[in-house]
Amino acid sequence: MQLTEKHEEYWRKNLVVTGILLSIWFVVTFVFGWYSKELNNFSVFGFPLGFYNAAQGSLLVYVVLIWFYQHYMNKLDLEYGVHEGEDE
Amino acid sequence: MSTAEFSHKSFFNQLKKYYLIYTGGFLLFVVALAIAEQMGLSRKYIGYTFLIATIGLYASIGIMSRTVDAAEYYVAGRRVPAFFNGMATGADWMSAASFIGMAGTLYLSGFDGLAFVMGWTGGYCLVAFLLAPYLRKFGQFTIPDFLGERYGGNFVRSIGIFAAILVSFTYVVAQIFGVGLITSRFTGLEFTYGVFVGLAGILVCSFLGGMRAVTWTQVAQYIILIVAYLTPVVWLSMKHTGNPIPQIAYGQVLQKVTEREKVLTADPKEVEVRNIFKARADAANAGLKEPAAEFAKGKTAVEQKLADARAANATPEQIAAAEKAVAAYPKDEAAAKAQWNKDKGLAARAAPPKPHATPFPGKDEKASDIARKNFLGIVFCMMIGTAALPHILMRYYTTPSVRQARQSVFWSLFFIFLLYFTAPALAVLAKYDIYNFLVGSSFASLPAWAASWAAVDPTLLSITDVNKDGIVQLAEIVIGGDIIVLATPEIAGLPYVVSGLVAAGGLAAALSTADGLLLTIANALSHDLYYKMLDPQASTSRRVTVSKVLLILVAAIAAYVTSLRPGDILFLVGAAFSLAASAFFPALVMGVFWKRANKWGAITGMIAGLGLCMYYMIQTYPFFGGVAANQWFDMTPITAGVFGVPVGIITIIVVSLLTPAPSRQVQELVEHVRYPNLQGDINTMAT
Repeated sequence: MQLTEKHEEYWRKNLVVTGILLSIWFVVTFVFGWYSKELNNFSVFGFPLGFYNAAQGSLLVYVVLIWFYQHYMNKLDLEYGVHEGEDE
Repeated sequence: MSTAEFSHKSFFNQLKKYYLIYTGGFLLFVVALAIAEQMGLSRKYIGYTFLIATIGLYASIGIMSRTVDAAEYYVAGRRVPAFFNGMATGADWMSAASFIGMAGTLYLSGFDGLAFVMGWTGGYCLVAFLLAPYLRKFGQFTIPDFLGERYGGNFVRSIGIFAAILVSFTYVVAQIFGVGLITSRFTGLEFTYGVFVGLAGILVCSFLGGMRAVTWTQVAQYIILIVAYLTPVVWLSMKHTGNPIPQIAYGQVLQKVTEREKVLTADPKEVEVRNIFKARADAANAGLKEPAAEFAKGKTAVEQKLADARAANATPEQIAAAEKAVAAYPKDEAAAKAQWNKDKGLAARAAPPKPHATPFPGKDEKASDIARKNFLGIVFCMMIGTAALPHILMRYYTTPSVRQARQSVFWSLFFIFLLYFTAPALAVLAKYDIYNFLVGSSFASLPAWAASWAAVDPTLLSITDVNKDGIVQLAEIVIGGDIIVLATPEIAGLPYVVSGLVAAGGLAAALSTADGLLLTIANALSHDLYYKMLDPQASTSRRVTVSKVLLILVAAIAAYVTSLRPGDILFLVGAAFSLAASAFFPALVMGVFWKRANKWGAITGMIAGLGLCMYYMIQTYPFFGGVAANQWFDMTPITAGVFGVPVGIITIIVVSLLTPAPSRQVQELVEHVRYPNLQGDINTMAT
């Protein structure tokens, strides 16, 4: 089995999107988490921001990130012709 | 492919129909019980009806899904649609600790408890991006399967088997404990019997139908548990804010709680109670320093007081009180010491209430920094652990395609999110209720829920009038975290049938997780050890039979260990995550993303990661004889994965680079899992 240039490109794109999404995940979790006390000086929907991020905001971000990933990758499969036969 | 397309679609529609009917039926059942309650059905029978009806239901799904086919037994025939696999994963994931414990932890520890909320949801990002689609493409039965195939050889597989069993067993003991607790609380059965009744429910299901039965039962269990969790919270939110969406409404409630905390911190009556506790703790510390002298001093003091009262011709009440004090005084020095050791802990109750919304509270800058480090450490371990727990990763083998595996992670997190997004709201709403209505009420007329729970179980709620003013102060209340979820229906003023529903939900959460875990252990033994290593010629039906026998054996051992009541549930759960993270995560992820990772890298990496993690726990956790002084950088034992994971990764890199690259065949396998479909592809799917 020989991978074509197109295949290499598919994998590179996969790594890029994975990298970007993981960076967002990291910032929301660990950077915002680290500065929770400072963030609490701001408020959102009546919550202190640091608390809101840990209790609700980060969870919403995680759900959106995963939704985006499956949407993007399933489209990328089709674009690069590596999709499976229809299963739905 | 058109026939496959048709069958998957119609299968999905069929499932949708069945589960809609099921959900409707379940709601009708609850309504019917509510009517029966109004007509006088006693609480005990409501508890029994819920217990028997739900376990009976799970058992019948198990019987309907019975199978001896290997692909059906191990991976539910690989045709579980993304949406339903998401629900099943949700139930598999959310254990007794999430359902009953989470909101209580948030109530007790405020912001710091949110580490679990973030960790147990954010980990799915790692599952989605780094593992699920690749494992599905690989398409075998277990996690050791992947390790064995990717790195080659039975040695790697054996480490995988050992780690999978260690992790799952630690976790399953915590679940069975939860089952016993709920069954005994709501039916009055003894704890040990409760464990075995629950166990029977677990077994009928996984025993007959393996993954297939477990999957369809878990979907049913998810529906029960989410309805049970949300109903009382929505009600409580309506009661306090007039808004039925608690996640939005509790912002203003949180502000009120924060104001109330300030009032209660400064309130003179509260200060009085806290000072009483402080005085007792101080006296205990003084006593422990010089036990003999303090014991004699205290004894003389009470006797002197009695003599004085008699000499001064005091009222009979005063004399009686002084006599009582003499009688209550510890008999000897040893008894006094025991009392002092207990009283020492009262220092904790001398502290003002913890501010709920403030991150990392601590008495000084240093304590606050330690709290912050540990917060992020717990988040890290729970997240990496999520992406390494075999019983969860296994679920992504069951979808029909890579495409659906990706979608399925989204649905998994979505269904989990519904509960975790609500837990912080429940904690704040309950706190508002307790701070405003329980605190300040008179002992003569406590709110009904508080009076009944305090009478039933003092470990969950105990209130003593410490300063004898007849009014409840916050410092006089001791709360066990579990009561928050268990008592919410009563706090919200809902009928008892909702309490029964909540218990059924907690039971569903514990049973579903226990099912998944037991199956993982039995599969590691029957598939990986027996079939792959000992007897590769074994027939399908023989393999399945071996798995079934092992399942019963493992379940019995787990129940036995549980009945010994080992340690702290939260620690058991946390330990399982740290262990899984250190053992599996580096080898699994690098197996997909780094072709150069080889056999010896994986072997040494897994041993180093897992070994360090276990070493750290033994050195620092009191149950194993460890002490806090052994901690590195003040990290608690539950966060051992903070050291185990990086060491595992570095070891894999260094050792892999020092030893020869993996063969062309292995590199092809890696390419194979990276693309959902390749022309001229190899096939690794197990049947």
